[in-house]
Amino acid sequence: MSDLDELRRTLPMVGAEPAILDDLRIAHVVAQGHHILSHRTVPGLRVDLEETRDAIIGKLIVEAGAQIAQPIHMCFGLAHPTGVQQIKIDVQVLEGAQARVLSHCLFPFAKAAEHRMQAVMEIGPGASLTYTEGHYHGPHGGMQVLPHATIKIGKGARYFSDFSLLSGSVGSLEIDYLVEVEEEGLAELSAKIFAHKTDHIILKEAVMLRGERSRGLIKTRVVLEDRAKAEITGITEAYAKGARGHVDCMEIVQGEAHASAIPIVRVFHPEAKVTHEAAIGSVDKKELETLMARGLAPEEAIELIVSGILR
Amino acid sequence: MPTSLLDIHGLTFAVDRHPILDRLDLEIQAGEIHALLGANGSGKTTLAYVLMGCDGYGPSTGSILFNGTDLLPLKMHERAQLGLTLAWQEPARFEGLTVREYLSLGKSGCNPESALTQVGLDPDRYLTRLVDKALSGGERHRLELASVLAMKPKLAILDEPAAGIDMLSINHIIDIIRALKEGGGSVLLITHQEEVALIADRASQLCAGRIIFSGGPREAVDHFRGRTCVRCDGEVCHYVRS
Repeated sequence: MSDLDELRRTLPMVGAEPAILDDLRIAHVVAQGHHILSHRTVPGLRVDLEETRDAIIGKLIVEAGAQIAQPIHMCFGLAHPTGVQQIKIDVQVLEGAQARVLSHCLFPFAKAAEHRMQAVMEIGPGASLTYTEGHYHGPHGGMQVLPHATIKIGKGARYFSDFSLLSGSVGSLEIDYLVEVEEEGLAELSAKIFAHKTDHIILKEAVMLRGERSRGLIKTRVVLEDRAKAEITGITEAYAKGARGHVDCMEIVQGEAHASAIPIVRVFHPEAKVTHEAAIGSVDKKELETLMARGLAPEEAIELIVSGILR
Repeated sequence: MPTSLLDIHGLTFAVDRHPILDRLDLEIQAGEIHALLGANGSGKTTLAYVLMGCDGYGPSTGSILFNGTDLLPLKMHERAQLGLTLAWQEPARFEGLTVREYLSLGKSGCNPESALTQVGLDPDRYLTRLVDKALSGGERHRLELASVLAMKPKLAILDEPAAGIDMLSINHIIDIIRALKEGGGSVLLITHQEEVALIADRASQLCAGRIIFSGGPREAVDHFRGRTCVRCDGEVCHYVRS
């Protein structure tokens, strides 16, 4: 079976249909290790890709005013237990353009592997980008996953990101996102992670509200079981009049897992406001008892509550 | 001869040696709406939690028979599976759980649409909504009652089901309580609201952890309003003292 066939076979594990790679209306990039296996572009989208020995270097430009109707699929992964994949990607969504990116990261067999993503994104004035990243990992753990990104959101632009790691055991995950938001711009960062075994999660997301009436939301939901651990840091700083930010972190800890949540909010303008809420603990007792009073066994009730939180 | 569905005898539950329920006796008949009246702190909600088997609410003495089965060794979900359930005064909210899922919990063949319609919520508007903070207090209360209706319990303990409900909607809540009875169930109705208590078949007044009066709902309401139980005025209840 070819590497491409192998990746196609694993796409359903992140909720994607392999047929998307055959659809001429859908742009895609598929890479295994440092090899680009397939790519396609669509009108309004320019894609430049380069394979090097130690990275894939890519540039995606959504042209000014372009509305990319179908999501752009990026499928990255390793088809073997070991290996390194490094992606350096530059995404530019020019003025008034709109696009959605679905990034599928597939590591079903990884035991001692590494996946690095270094992304630079610029969302031009009035533009919009929705970036959804779903990870699928096998049961082995042992990976190092290091997604790092800096994102600049222009005047009146909108950026939505949704990171999810809900299947398998990752090993070590270290996310580091820095978002700068200009006047009337909007950034919403959401992350949902289910950590097992000895997974170690470090998540640092920072939103700098530079412009007037800029808005930011960091929402994190992490569920830990076995001996997993997580350190979650959500930072929002507001520098301008009318800037509004919120940090919302919830971690559910089960078994011998442990977690920390550090919301950091700083305000540098008297007419800006940033709020935060953080909760760490076991499953809420009242939620649990409500479901048990409807006849669910404790383990069924916990599973339902956790699946809701991570939805 | 009425059949006793719930038979509580000599039930005591204490916190730091202070009895919240004190040798309490109460019977609820099958098919009965039984109102439970009492001042704040009299033990009504505690009784509900002890009956349901909530964590930390194990009684020190006494017995609870439900349909002839001893409830005390059973866990909460096992009691629910026997047909006992509780609607909380302040219902929980669930992130990510839809109304449809909430009304279908552990049940095959239930009808969430019908349960919503019965509580006056439009299924087209509510089935896909989340049971989270976006619902108002009144909506969440109705949804709690809908989930009880969907469960078709033998005995529903309703803790202040009309709390936070606007005056115009109270009749709707009353209809729901009656619907539970018409569906073959019984209701232990904890309430402060006279118009709600008066729909009961029988009513009891709880004071200082004991039932001090049982009778028709009008008599029980009058007894409660008469403040003959002085504990309700902040002193030691003479019924208990004697």
